[in-house]
Amino acid sequence: MAVMEATLPRRLITTPVAGPLAALVLACLFFGLNTGQFFTGPNFSLIIQQVMVVGTLAIGQTLIILTAGIDLSNGAIMAFGGIVMTKLAVTGGLPPLLAIAAGLAVCSAFGLVNGLLVTRISLPPFIVTLGMLNVVFALTHIYSGEQTVTGLPPLLTVLGQTFQVGQTNVTYGSLLTILLFVLFAYMLGSTAWGKHVYALGNSPEVARLTGIRTRRLTVGVYTVAGLVYGIAALLLISRTGVGDPQAGQTDNLDSITAVVLGGTSLFGGRGLVIGTLVGALIVGVFRNGLQLMGVPSIYQTLITGVLVILAVAVDQLSRRRNR
Amino acid sequence: MTTPASATPVLQARGLVKKYGHVTALDGADFDLMPGEVLAVIGDNGAGKSSLIKALTGALQPDAGEILLDGSPVRFRSPIDARRHGIETVYQDLAVAASLDIATNMFLGRELRKPGILGSVFRLLDKKRMREESARHMADLKIGLRSLTQPVESLSGGQRQGVAVARAVAWATHVVVMDEPTAALGVKESGQVLDMIKRVRDGGTPVVLISHNMPHVFEIADRVHIQRLGRRVAQIKPGDHDMAEVVAIMTGALQVSEGKAVVADQDAAEAIGLS
Repeated sequence: MAVMEATLPRRLITTPVAGPLAALVLACLFFGLNTGQFFTGPNFSLIIQQVMVVGTLAIGQTLIILTAGIDLSNGAIMAFGGIVMTKLAVTGGLPPLLAIAAGLAVCSAFGLVNGLLVTRISLPPFIVTLGMLNVVFALTHIYSGEQTVTGLPPLLTVLGQTFQVGQTNVTYGSLLTILLFVLFAYMLGSTAWGKHVYALGNSPEVARLTGIRTRRLTVGVYTVAGLVYGIAALLLISRTGVGDPQAGQTDNLDSITAVVLGGTSLFGGRGLVIGTLVGALIVGVFRNGLQLMGVPSIYQTLITGVLVILAVAVDQLSRRRNR
Repeated sequence: MTTPASATPVLQARGLVKKYGHVTALDGADFDLMPGEVLAVIGDNGAGKSSLIKALTGALQPDAGEILLDGSPVRFRSPIDARRHGIETVYQDLAVAASLDIATNMFLGRELRKPGILGSVFRLLDKKRMREESARHMADLKIGLRSLTQPVESLSGGQRQGVAVARAVAWATHVVVMDEPTAALGVKESGQVLDMIKRVRDGGTPVVLISHNMPHVFEIADRVHIQRLGRRVAQIKPGDHDMAEVVAIMTGALQVSEGKAVVADQDAAEAIGLS
């Protein structure tokens, strides 16, 4: 029998991002038809700025969910990273670049600890990161003394500055977020490391028997996710201009929302990081569009919740049909 | 014994012992796999069949005894270690990563990267070459598939098993071990897998087949290793005995002596109508 390759149209239909992408396009059309301001450059720039922090957190979340894990601690880790960066630079007198490096290192270290606890003691990721959420949350408040850090050196907020595309101001942070998505799409889709992450999420036993060092891979995934949370911390402080110990408290769940809306399975092994970008944008577009239409923000939250349940239901149903 | 004296066994075990507390899983088990044969390993539950296979594929470290590969002693510390020595195992339920495509599964853990800087620095996979080589391996085993880019979870059970077998064959330089490859398959698909096993043997790679299915064993095995109470109690050729005799040897009712089955346990033999 001849072996054929799937044609491009066929692959577009069968890709797990097809559904989320269609939802995003429909949402854009809906809001575009209902509000005049929606389809403007500045509004899209705003949406991206609003989703870039959660979107970046969701990149790390995607990696972890692909291994059939989950990370409840990412928002807290980001908040701590932000305090470390700002406090070291402002009150510690460290050069801003060193302060940033220290923040990234601390976030990576928390990811590493998560990964070690998951692999070495075989604790469920849910429990490990739930504990870590509380530990890091407390550390953030202890270390910051409940104080917001202000008066940041310019380098810490450089990602909040803008450049012009046509009539629209785009922040460097938005650009960095997009670049991160492209980078991780490449790493997951076109390198052996990425294939191993998927294999691990499908079945750790299958992965192990094919010679993949599953524990090392898992620790690596959590550590890389931690580093990404550090980048999210930098994006956060450049957007808000302060180091805020209260930041990111619901971002763990928002990042999971983005991942799930993007078509990635919570059971691991299935999904695309580009889907997560689409998922984050769906949330952003709904919030923005509903706001433009004058819908109170609590209804935005309600609709987001309905979307998540719908997305998981679709995932479940399509899995059942595959059986 | 029917082992030809002329050739060196590809894979051999002498006096393997494995104990778990009071339970003796292997009690001085021997094993011989000759070049170019399909050797079926059969035995009742608890006969030490799976312990034997695990020891031979690195999944278990025996307490005593030795394993020889092409006549030289070896020790496998892990399944990965055994694979490095060219022993590939197709596990019953643990064969493939469901959401990944065929080519990716074929090369999982042994990916090919693009030549030059794209591969060395950017770690870019050479998907085209992996697909081409996968297609070649699948064609060698006459496994027909619509597309190499579809995830293996969209394949039938037999096709999935085919992917696992093709991968094992592609990498096995010495031995392919298959653990109950037809257990989860229907009649037609089982037939396809059996044909595949024959093609693997005809391609020159000896196959160890663990199976509960006597008709399958009799259809394709060149020799049968019968395991009982932690040891090999007989090696027979399917042509020399019928299925009832083989089952009787497996359960201890008959013993093999000078190539003939003789009654060992009168009551047991009568019970199955063999005396």
